[in-house]
Amino acid sequence: MKTEVPVIIAFIAGMLMIVSFFSPHPVFAEPAAMMRNWAIIITAFAYVLGVANIARISAGAVRTRGRDWRYKIVMLLSLGAMLGAGLVGGIQGGSVFDWNYNNVMVPMQSTMFSLLAFFIASAAFRAFRARSVEATLLLVTAVIVMLGRVPVGERLWSGLPAFTEWIMEVPNMAAKRGIMIGAALGAISTGLKMILGLERSYLGSDK
Amino acid sequence: MSEAGDRNGIIQKLSQVDRRLIYLVVLVCAVVPLVIGARVTLSVSPPVRGLFDAVEELPPGSYVYLAADYDPGSLPELYPMNIAFVEHLFSKDIKIIAASLWAPGPPLSQRVFDDIAPRYGKVYGRDYVNLGFKEGREAVMVSVAEDLRRTFPEDYLGTPYGEIPMLEGIDNLTDVSLIVNVSAGYPGIKEWVQQIATRFDVPIGGGVTAVSGPEMYPYIQSGQLVGLLAGMKGAGEYEQLLGKPGLGLAGMAAQSSVHVAVIVFIVLANVFYFIERRKKL
Amino acid sequence: MKPLTLIVSGIVLAAGIVGVATGGVDSQVFGTWVAALLTLAIFSFLYKDNPVYKMAEHIFIGVSAGYVVALEYWNVFIPNLWNPLVSGGNYILLVPFALGLLLFTRFSPRASWLSRWAIAAMVGSYAGFAVIGALQGDLIAQVRASMIPIYSGEAVASMSLAENTNEYIFAFLGVVQNPLTIIGLLTTLIYFFFSREHRGSLGVASRVGIWFLMISFGASFGYTVMSRVSLLIGRLHFLLSDWLGVIQ
Repeated sequence: MKTEVPVIIAFIAGMLMIVSFFSPHPVFAEPAAMMRNWAIIITAFAYVLGVANIARISAGAVRTRGRDWRYKIVMLLSLGAMLGAGLVGGIQGGSVFDWNYNNVMVPMQSTMFSLLAFFIASAAFRAFRARSVEATLLLVTAVIVMLGRVPVGERLWSGLPAFTEWIMEVPNMAAKRGIMIGAALGAISTGLKMILGLERSYLGSDK
Repeated sequence: MSEAGDRNGIIQKLSQVDRRLIYLVVLVCAVVPLVIGARVTLSVSPPVRGLFDAVEELPPGSYVYLAADYDPGSLPELYPMNIAFVEHLFSKDIKIIAASLWAPGPPLSQRVFDDIAPRYGKVYGRDYVNLGFKEGREAVMVSVAEDLRRTFPEDYLGTPYGEIPMLEGIDNLTDVSLIVNVSAGYPGIKEWVQQIATRFDVPIGGGVTAVSGPEMYPYIQSGQLVGLLAGMKGAGEYEQLLGKPGLGLAGMAAQSSVHVAVIVFIVLANVFYFIERRKKL
Repeated sequence: MKPLTLIVSGIVLAAGIVGVATGGVDSQVFGTWVAALLTLAIFSFLYKDNPVYKMAEHIFIGVSAGYVVALEYWNVFIPNLWNPLVSGGNYILLVPFALGLLLFTRFSPRASWLSRWAIAAMVGSYAGFAVIGALQGDLIAQVRASMIPIYSGEAVASMSLAENTNEYIFAFLGVVQNPLTIIGLLTTLIYFFFSREHRGSLGVASRVGIWFLMISFGASFGYTVMSRVSLLIGRLHFLLSDWLGVIQ
């Protein structure tokens, strides 16, 4: 029950997806469509589970006065406020939920990611050294691409944008395709191992 | 000895400069062009031209599925693309079915529609619809390709599928002429290509963050993508082709100056590195 | 967290809410100020980690988590599960409903094995998608697209038609485009073949593959810088335009 049933479920689900690709026959297509709808629903529950886990761990930290417990209270209050606004008031435009999204979530998420610009500039100065032929190749390409993708590059050499595009379309594309083909072979092998029950790490341990 | 010693000391200090000074230089390089309102002209790359031409060739009244798979973290790069696509599609009287595989996507789509639709006299439900978000990644993609109504029984605001006039006769993705995906990561354009492009024979194009741009070139070369915008520059190129400068073009002067700053940092750092290496030899 | 930070933040927030509720403050103006102050709170991390940043960070985590759940409820649970089940009589949906609820048994050490059933359904489905997607989208399509002619007569002819240095350079790049693509692809694949030691001709090919990989990583780095800088420009544009009104 603990291992055999999940492995059988994974086999049926996976094989339905694969077989329905090759055969449009309703015998396979209908159950596959149903399975896809079920996967959508179950995945939604998984996201709720993730949030419930965050809340549980944070509540535990508050109870035991763990690290940053006061900030955890702020986090739980924010979670409750947003969830309450969404469930009670709805998610349509003009709602409190929508206001929170536009004026709290959007600015903060955008700003979090924009910090990376500073970090990458700092890393460029502190860490990127042409210590070898390969590193030099990487740095020279990076400089050409950075110049070629902005108007300043075109002022230096009128052909730089086109040359940059050639670098993207030829050597970059060739290497990326090699990586893609290698990754595809790996994904096919791992996917088949999971479906056939040879790979069971996703089930966790039995202890 | 003292002059050489002084020079080496300066190089040592410069190579260990406080990172906050670097942050300040980046900030100044970004702010100044924005404040002075510097404008630039961009050269248009073939992938952007490819997508633009693909939309240009669509006849009026055709349907496009606009998959807004992004979140506020990628707003500056992808929101201008979303705007540019909607402007282009509306200008050609093409009907837009918008949906998202990312939870924060639908309000961003809706914001674009609320801004742009009135300018073209477009009406919700007749000319465009926002089906909202659905969890499920690849499962949703294949489900949408086979049965749109079953996947999205209601739109973003709860209107049943059957009560939306423009969706009459639209059963799945084979009824649309083009899929345009604005993609911030996973799930996104790579998965759309893998699951839909070859299997259902629907042309796909779109925009990605610049980070993802280089790995999409194999799909462009193979024809699985009809065109691609990468980053704010891609958005700026599309705006330029459209003749409607927007947020994409507005940021390119600042982009230029920060790029030059980063290149100067790299060059300086390597100059110091080689000087110190020669000293040790 | 210093109590002063909490008290000041609470007073500012309460004042704003009261202002909007009584009509004394426009909600859009208040919203812009909230967005700007939260933006500056996050940016304060660049100077050093501080309580204002930490508080903003935790507000963000809470709001994001609440957002996702509310959206799952309205966009998935109600239309895809509840309505078809309750109003439509589609009782087979009790199965995914039960499997979804079983996921929460993970909180109980004794019953957590039940969650494996739901996990297996998800993993099996997505493994199936991955196999099909990788096979037809990446492997076959990409190998097919690699079947290109090494020699292109048209490209060679264009070299003799070049009228200036730029045109000659790009005509030459056009001639070497296909051979370089094939060499790059094959040597990259050879580099990832670890079943034999990279010596002799295999070593040389592998080395060439590394060079192509380094070029592609350099291109990726350049694009990554571009991406990060764009994100910064976006936030600065908001602060300078929407908040301070310094730019249009």
